[in-house]
Amino acid sequence: MAEVQEVKKQAKEREALFSKKNRQLISDPLNDSNPITVQVLGICSALAITVKLYPALVMSISVLFVLSAGNVIISLMRNYIPNRIRIIVQLVVVASLVILVDQVLKAYVYDVSKELSVFVGLIITNCIIMGRFEAFALANSPWKSFLDGLGNAFGYAWILLAVAFFRELLGSGQLFGYQVVPKSWYLTEGGVYSDNGLMLLPPMALITVGIIIWVQRSKNTALIEED
Amino acid sequence: MDVNKNSYTFTFAAVMVIVVAAVLSFAATSLKEKQDNNIRLEKMQNILSSINVEVERDGAEAVYTDYIKQELVVNNFQPVEGIAAFDIELSKEVVKTPSERNAPLYIAEKEGKTYFILPLRGKGLWGPIWGYISLEQNASTIYGATFDHKSETPGLGAEIKTEVFTSLFPNKEVLDESGEFTGITVMKGNASGSHQVNGISGGTITSVGVQDMIQDCMKAYIPFLKSYEASNTASTNGDNSNPIASID
Repeated sequence: MAEVQEVKKQAKEREALFSKKNRQLISDPLNDSNPITVQVLGICSALAITVKLYPALVMSISVLFVLSAGNVIISLMRNYIPNRIRIIVQLVVVASLVILVDQVLKAYVYDVSKELSVFVGLIITNCIIMGRFEAFALANSPWKSFLDGLGNAFGYAWILLAVAFFRELLGSGQLFGYQVVPKSWYLTEGGVYSDNGLMLLPPMALITVGIIIWVQRSKNTALIEED
Repeated sequence: MDVNKNSYTFTFAAVMVIVVAAVLSFAATSLKEKQDNNIRLEKMQNILSSINVEVERDGAEAVYTDYIKQELVVNNFQPVEGIAAFDIELSKEVVKTPSERNAPLYIAEKEGKTYFILPLRGKGLWGPIWGYISLEQNASTIYGATFDHKSETPGLGAEIKTEVFTSLFPNKEVLDESGEFTGITVMKGNASGSHQVNGISGGTITSVGVQDMIQDCMKAYIPFLKSYEASNTASTNGDNSNPIASID
């Protein structure tokens, strides 16, 4: 432990809590190194749970908790983890955090836990989490790892919510379960509008993510690879 | 300290597993009571919602005892004693043939009318689906229905729990004119008959799951309900023959 505290102290002396470098840990994943659109991690859950905004939001919050708490735990243990079993150790940390979240949700916010049901399990397999543990938390101090966890979770969240926004709006005419497309527009009510059923299916999630990547790269040309 | 020594690796793994196990089992046991209570109250809520009574979870217990007058267990179309209907795990019963099941039946009274509430359980696309359906006293007309699921796709199969779907069921008949059991057929659009409802587009497998669930689960009850209805009608007629009694 002394060693860790020593490292922390040095880090504190070197730079302030919210130095430019530390702020970048949060802001970079929102755009330049976004886990979904740039690193293409966590795609599976982005496809699976973006049919509606509400589950996407709850999923984002859960990932936020698991990723930042997990990053801190891994970072605290980083000097004690045997190299050969580090992946297993990371997996155990994610899995226990996820089970803990699930149990607490079931006891205190039962409705939300029902909404999440399958998705909680999906957090364990979310590549972003293992990716950040392996790439960042194992080599950085707890505070930085925490910021990195927050940043990546936010980067994940905004893509998820953007995709879910379009899918719910165009697929069911609703936002957060509230009808936003007037009922009178629908064909069944004598109007000219119909929900696009394809938006509800996974392929359109992929295409929506693709469009977001397209827009992002045309705005941020630094992301375009040279051939 | 060499963290890559074999002995250290084994010790680390062992300690980690024990610590994690302790933390998780502590969390699970200390939260169990609250979780079980949530599940129990939710079940009451669901049962009540099948007779179109909506309650908040916290108040479910009191309202439940108000409306539900009798909890029965039906086995081989006869009521059986000594089993608590509410505690029966339907998942273990539905694997048996309908007549061998210990099938729970709730009898509710609402605004002076008797309703039969039948629990249902079946298979959706990804996991179990379940629900409650309430029949009017003729054992045929559906009064209300409520469905739920474990892991159907949001926006598709999961729509079975929404009112858009459940509102299709009331006033449909599960018996035909001759009193034979027909169940409810889930159609791909254009449902018209009194034994048909429209399915959910994009949720065909879940919708068919609902159809099969109704078909399968109701079989355990229908003969019993018919005999129950017959005995009850007789007593009602008896009341009518005595005009003074009915004024009260």
